[in-house]
Amino acid sequence: MSAPATSAQFHRDAGRVAHDLRHRELMQKALGGYYLKRDEQKAKYTDWQQARTAAAGIKYEAVNHLDRHLVEFAEKIAARGAKVFWASDGAEATAYICRVAREGGVKTVIKSKTMTGEEIHLAQALEQAGHEVVESDLGEFIVQLREEPPYHLVFPSMHLTRGEISETFERKLGSPHAGTPEELTMIARGVMRRKFCAADMGISGANFAVAETGMISITENEGNARLSTSLPRIHVAIVGIEKVVPRLDDLAILLPMLATAGAGQPITAYNTMLGGPRQPGEIDGPEEMHIVLLDNQRTRILADPEQRDALHCIRCGACLNVCPIFKNVGGHAYGTTYQGPIGSVITPHLRGLQNWKHLSAASTLCGACTETCPVRIDLHHHLLQNRRNAVQGKAAFFEKWLWRGFELVMRRPRLYRLAAPLNRLATKFQPLIQRTPLNPIRAWTNTRDFPKAPAQSFKETWRQRRNAPSAPDADRA
Amino acid sequence: MKISLFVPCFVDQFFPSVAISMVKIFERLGHEVDYPEIQTCCGQPPFNSGYWDEARNLAGHSMDTFRDADVVVGASGSCGAMMKVFYPELFHGHAREAEVRALAAKSHEFSSFLVNTLGVTDLGARFEAKVTFHDGCHGLRELGIKREPRELLRNVRGLELVEMTEAETCCGFGGTFAVKYPEISTAMGEVKCASILATTADCVVSNDSSCLMQVQGILRRQRSAVKCLHLAEVLSGTD
Repeated sequence: MSAPATSAQFHRDAGRVAHDLRHRELMQKALGGYYLKRDEQKAKYTDWQQARTAAAGIKYEAVNHLDRHLVEFAEKIAARGAKVFWASDGAEATAYICRVAREGGVKTVIKSKTMTGEEIHLAQALEQAGHEVVESDLGEFIVQLREEPPYHLVFPSMHLTRGEISETFERKLGSPHAGTPEELTMIARGVMRRKFCAADMGISGANFAVAETGMISITENEGNARLSTSLPRIHVAIVGIEKVVPRLDDLAILLPMLATAGAGQPITAYNTMLGGPRQPGEIDGPEEMHIVLLDNQRTRILADPEQRDALHCIRCGACLNVCPIFKNVGGHAYGTTYQGPIGSVITPHLRGLQNWKHLSAASTLCGACTETCPVRIDLHHHLLQNRRNAVQGKAAFFEKWLWRGFELVMRRPRLYRLAAPLNRLATKFQPLIQRTPLNPIRAWTNTRDFPKAPAQSFKETWRQRRNAPSAPDADRA
Repeated sequence: MKISLFVPCFVDQFFPSVAISMVKIFERLGHEVDYPEIQTCCGQPPFNSGYWDEARNLAGHSMDTFRDADVVVGASGSCGAMMKVFYPELFHGHAREAEVRALAAKSHEFSSFLVNTLGVTDLGARFEAKVTFHDGCHGLRELGIKREPRELLRNVRGLELVEMTEAETCCGFGGTFAVKYPEISTAMGEVKCASILATTADCVVSNDSSCLMQVQGILRRQRSAVKCLHLAEVLSGTD
């Protein structure tokens, strides 16, 4: 049985990036500043651990009473004139949004950052339907020009140097060479301002959907989401159903935690609450507002009592930032919308376990993700559960017999006793086959030395001592 | 106190001096050391690979092994976490759940047992070297062990403890991960080793031999002279 293409692609791309020392340095540099700022902000909390518990509690309540909170949110925002569409999957959501665009005579769509939009390939669907789509988040704008998916769910272009961004702008926009972040930003702004004014439709995601007030909360650093949601005639917000929170007060803890965990900020620069289209007597805002509530297999996670807390995720990206796998393989190797630990946990639910189980295997289970998660998702234990579920669903023939054999030996101490002499024998002969395909541990020895068998195993030493009780101690050193 | 040693299979096979050092330390402290000889593997390799039935059977074997033990002290944070944290998860709702919880309660990782159970932080050891400590992930995050090994090391005569920046970063071993994803595993190990070398320490110490196998494998390949030792090996040295 051959591995699925997704797994082969991950092996290939991850292996390539892991060797890339320039990439390693780039990631260390990009994240080094983040760690400092994050710790500085965390230290301002009276009790960060308590704050995590409180945030997790809010999401626990929201997710476990999703039926009530979602309906309350939908009814309240609809009462102010927003149209609410319940989409069970990506196809339904994109079909609806394309219809709204067609019926609204939309030419240009301006998009602010939305990972949920990425998840359902919304921009591609709109482009295929003949609409021009422009990303307005700077990082997203850059990767859009390069025709790449985002590298990181919060920092989409973190894999690029200033020079590479300038080169992209020169090639795609015909701009002059720019050396500073300010110059680069001004080039992007020049392009975007014209698009903001021309756009007929703005698309956003939502960081939270507040049931109590029927409002969506959008948090951003560039002001582009405000423009995207208020200038065009039509605003469409694509919202995963897990984004709902019960009360407005809940944002008092969730917004600062999202900013701190995600970017090392005390609070994100712009925080906007939107509760409907332009109301009678108001002078600005869109004429139409559409809320697309997306399931797309989230209810499958909800139905899994072990992993339901994966719906707590506020997409801060903190787990990516501390994950040694992510740092060494980068965001593109995953081949998923959501990278890093959270992506490895939820992608099997969203897109099928057998095709995505390799991501759960690609972890040392070090637990740095779980330790950092601001909403206490038990991430690395979920990776273990995915591994178990994958084996229960379809165990690989060779592996199954390997572990059966392992168990057979390890449950029989007399058989296990043969391990020490065999180990010594292997140490003797291994150098002869070290560089040949016969070497069973070449995956190890290609890059690392393997320890040599000692003269005696501990068990042998102990038995010797037991048989000669007069010996002073077990020291062989 | 009668202490039953839990010597993980790879320590038994590759790093016997770690277990020998533990015996010396406990006997020097006046305790009786027992080593139930039927012990083999705790079951973590099949458990981490998703083969929980096989892991459960091996955990059952461990329960039989240590049924009569008063306390079980293990040489590895990772295998210790298997017993203390993952056995109860593995037997959740199972007939032997109570038994597994009893084993979890009486089993300890080596440094935590010395400091928190026996209340010993100074073993009168001498070790002339500049040392940096690597936190094994399972010991650190599943068992919450961070302070204990450092307290023990600070009381070693002649030993200078220097912290590396990546002390809490995974070494990239991860059991079967090391051979399933050798490129990623090696890259992680290289990051770890660069951090170790940056301290200019003579020796890297850990409470987990599995991490040390990875670190040593890379350091030897890089022809580095930095020594890799288990905490017990450092603590067993005297004047």
